[in-house]
Amino acid sequence: MFRNVAELVEMAESQQKKISTIMIEQEIEITGKTREQILKQMENNLDVMEKAVERGLAGVKSVSGLTGGDAVLMQEYIKKGNFLSGEVLLDAVSKAVATNEVNAAMGTICATPTAGSAGVVPGTLFAVQKKLNPTHEQKIAFLFTSGAFGFVVANNASISGAAGGCQAEVGSAAGMAAAAIVEMAGGTPQQCAQAMAITLKNMLGLVCDPVAGLVEVPCVKRNAMGAANAMVAADMALAGITSRIPCDEVISAMFKIGQSMPSALRETGEGGLADTPTGRALAAKIFGMPLTQE
Amino acid sequence: MKYKSVFDIIGPVMIGPSSSHTAGAARIGRVARNLFGREPKWADIYLYGSFAKTYKGHGTDVALVGGLLDFDTFDERIKQSLDLAVLKKMKISFHEEEAVPDHPNTAKLVIGDTQGELELVGISIGGGKIEITELNGFKLRLSGHHPAILVVHDDRFGAIANVANILSKHEMNIGHMEVSRKEKGKMALMVIEVDQNIDDVVLSEIEGLPYITQVARVVD
Repeated sequence: MFRNVAELVEMAESQQKKISTIMIEQEIEITGKTREQILKQMENNLDVMEKAVERGLAGVKSVSGLTGGDAVLMQEYIKKGNFLSGEVLLDAVSKAVATNEVNAAMGTICATPTAGSAGVVPGTLFAVQKKLNPTHEQKIAFLFTSGAFGFVVANNASISGAAGGCQAEVGSAAGMAAAAIVEMAGGTPQQCAQAMAITLKNMLGLVCDPVAGLVEVPCVKRNAMGAANAMVAADMALAGITSRIPCDEVISAMFKIGQSMPSALRETGEGGLADTPTGRALAAKIFGMPLTQE
Repeated sequence: MKYKSVFDIIGPVMIGPSSSHTAGAARIGRVARNLFGREPKWADIYLYGSFAKTYKGHGTDVALVGGLLDFDTFDERIKQSLDLAVLKKMKISFHEEEAVPDHPNTAKLVIGDTQGELELVGISIGGGKIEITELNGFKLRLSGHHPAILVVHDDRFGAIANVANILSKHEMNIGHMEVSRKEKGKMALMVIEVDQNIDDVVLSEIEGLPYITQVARVVD
């Protein structure tokens, strides 16, 4: 069983296997389930993700009315062809947003690693597939690779916004996605770890400050940027760029930063964007909460 | 390690918007209901920390009640659970607590009917994963590394041996076990962590034993 990224990479390299294969083998060992059962369960999750993206791209609106429709706007913009960054990148952004808009509308999603950060992994997966033409098995493998890195973060740091801020949620999701993109693009296990490290470094310190306590503002757009961050970091790792701080140390830094964050910035809806005049006004409008805080 | 399966990370499939505040809350409610063994007629729900501050926005209230109604994290009926509870004449009250909990996502559920009541404290640790930290005043020390069976029973002769026999029959290995009781001869609790996943048939066989009040599976 791997306990950290260094061990995960070492296992993959010494056995000449992919990270996803190591994760599948560990799952078989721990649960006693067969490979077929495990692959089937992940295929079901993939199916849920695909349906959520489709639903979001058709246009949804949350109950509060705060979010919805941005995934559609982005797709329309891509179609016009005048974008500045890149088509795959913006497609990932749109699909990440689509998933989180469905989540905010209390639709069915697959948490990766959480619901508030559920857009990043599927958003990037369904965008890079246009470029990489993966097999169905490779798409399922993408989720196991993401899961392997998320597993390390969850056990050594945190994947909860209430415990560690948004860096623990969207930060973790983006790192997981970056690693999985690298594997799908043919990168090495070491490059997967580099992509995770580079991504997470750029998510450190991100607070969890949802307006009105709702998983909407700024969560939906943070998933968009998480997806963009993952895409760029994956390209950097594939270009051979490495992180000076090893991945496990970045994860450990994330944990410590989370511990030192005040409670107002850890999913209480009390600080940050939630505590702006507009944030408070929105909360008051939605829930009849007081406009000023004592 | 708190998270042992890849599906703790890629999963659960759930109704949004929050894995800890919605899916985790539904799971806490459902464990309480399973331990109670039937649908409660009333529930007093105490929310602490982030749960107390943001439950309306995250649907934590809706999800906890959905769990009490035996809905899984992906059950679409969760959204209507408060209305469904009214239809079923289940009396529910929420209490926003000021006390600072050990974990930011903490809920205490006191549920019951004319036959009895149950008190449970659960925490939602992220990604939909939960831990039960207290049951009927018993502090639970579940490692969370392994599937666990909770058995509420009368403190009688042979109760423990009978449960162990059933596990042995199903070739299930016990990794950790502890027994605590309120008073000699009164209500007692067995916490059994096992290495394998726990089939429903094992739970129903244990339920069928003498002196057993409630049986539930805590960590899947």
